[in-house]
Amino acid sequence: MELISENKRAAIWSCALLLVGLLVWEFSISTQQVATGELTEYELLTGAGTAKAGVPPPSEVFVKAWEELSNPFYDAGPNDKGIGIQIGYSIYRVLTGYFLAALIAIPLGFLIGMSSVAYKALNPFIQVLRPISPLAWMPLALFIIQDSEASAIFVIFICSIWPMLLNTAFGVAGVREDWVNVARTHELSAMKTAFTVVLPAAAPTIVTGMRISIGIAWLVIVAAEMLVGGTGIGYYVWNEWNNLDLTSVIFSILMIGVVGMLLDAAFGFVQRRVAYVE
Amino acid sequence: MANAFLSIERLTQKYPDGKGGQFTVFENASFGIEKGEFVCILGHSGCGKSTIMNILAGLSEPTSGVVKMDGQQISGPSLDRGVVFQNYSLLPWLSALKNVTFGVAARFPDWTKQQVEDHSIAFLDKVGLSGDAIHRKPSQLSGGMRQRVSIARAFANEPKLLLLDEPFGALDALTRGTIQEELLKVWSGTDQTVFMITHDIDEAILLADRILLMTNGPLARVAESVEITIPRPRVRTDIVENPNYYAIRNHLVQFLGKRSAELAGQPSEGGETHSPETIRIDKTGGEVSAAPLLQAVKT
Repeated sequence: MELISENKRAAIWSCALLLVGLLVWEFSISTQQVATGELTEYELLTGAGTAKAGVPPPSEVFVKAWEELSNPFYDAGPNDKGIGIQIGYSIYRVLTGYFLAALIAIPLGFLIGMSSVAYKALNPFIQVLRPISPLAWMPLALFIIQDSEASAIFVIFICSIWPMLLNTAFGVAGVREDWVNVARTHELSAMKTAFTVVLPAAAPTIVTGMRISIGIAWLVIVAAEMLVGGTGIGYYVWNEWNNLDLTSVIFSILMIGVVGMLLDAAFGFVQRRVAYVE
Repeated sequence: MANAFLSIERLTQKYPDGKGGQFTVFENASFGIEKGEFVCILGHSGCGKSTIMNILAGLSEPTSGVVKMDGQQISGPSLDRGVVFQNYSLLPWLSALKNVTFGVAARFPDWTKQQVEDHSIAFLDKVGLSGDAIHRKPSQLSGGMRQRVSIARAFANEPKLLLLDEPFGALDALTRGTIQEELLKVWSGTDQTVFMITHDIDEAILLADRILLMTNGPLARVAESVEITIPRPRVRTDIVENPNYYAIRNHLVQFLGKRSAELAGQPSEGGETHSPETIRIDKTGGEVSAAPLLQAVKT
């Protein structure tokens, strides 16, 4: 056993768990039998003879996934678009709302972190606005903006702004006095100090905030799209539920997980790039 | 003294004591430093050494009094006054070399990138850092190497006045010895004026032209200015043979052990200026202006 590295052992365990899980799922579903034998007329009328809509086994989900992923970008009308198109819409909304939030949160966070007056003045607003569920903004956004697409983006904006704002402020306020003194004794201008000393010093904290934000934004977009409808992965899940196509529902749930993981991994990469050891 | 390169005039620092009154760290402290001089300041914790250092660096403002350099009153931090901090203060996300070029580029904004880099490498080389080590991050360097980078950064900027705030305080004794010698090597051959805080008597004797002694706080003052009458170049192992070494050392030990407390806490009368008394101890044939403090060990 010592010949196999820890990572390899973990990978073997992961594969084994996956296999066992899928087998249990597969066999627990195929034992559900369709009613057979003599049926009364009443039973025939109420549909007892047809297969009950049930949770599909993993084999069916795999077939569905293969089918969808081999042609992800087809567009056959408003209710029939490829999974790639749906996810594309969701990512577009998430990134638009998210970067608008970053554009405001990071400079504002700098201000709050550098000036305790600004922090004290803005803190009550932040504390009240932060715990509001982003979806609670939806009716107001729909009424004011009058556009469901822009409202969804606004909801993403409002939910991803807080972790970035607070982490930027926290990171900037926590920059070691010594490093700021180094900048002062080298007569750096305020802008130069902000970019060459404060920003790199606070970067790990800022990027952590950005990583938390993108995670929240991806959680919220699914719910937001279920409400506004039209396109997107959230709408897709809800639409397939209305179609009672549970295979597609399970497949899209998995896709939401995979995309969320990739978004997080991208920020994890950035986080490692800006990290430093004191 | 008024014509000295650096003159500290009637410097006073008071803090509110939290009870509505004022706590005076030091009052009417005055002394001067000549160009090219290496001056160490010795004193117990709390006597305001670091406060004086921060005022000279321009990082804090005195309650009253002025500091003049080259006849000009200083205000705020400046590239003319370089600082080596006790905790190195290297930027941890930059390599050793980049930490030095950071300073050099700020000091000489007209230089090309190549000039800045060559200049920085030359100074890192002077403190014994070259090759692969200069591309490492501070976290990958030992404490001694980090402080070498910090010293290289300060010297590379060629400031008019170099301020060293207990630069070797966090190092072990052996590393300290090596870096002290490197500091002497970098310093000799320049006309760099250096003002250094230290707790270490032997370090002060090895490095300084003159040692300023501070009494204990509050109401601390610079009581004496002791000339180090040991010729340069100095080597640690040789200076202990010099007859002046133990005479000076004992004077310093007596001051810090006894007289710093006895002289402490005397408020100045009528705003009198506290100029330090100059002490010259020379047993190599010159006159001795302070009482010999060598005492025979009674057995």
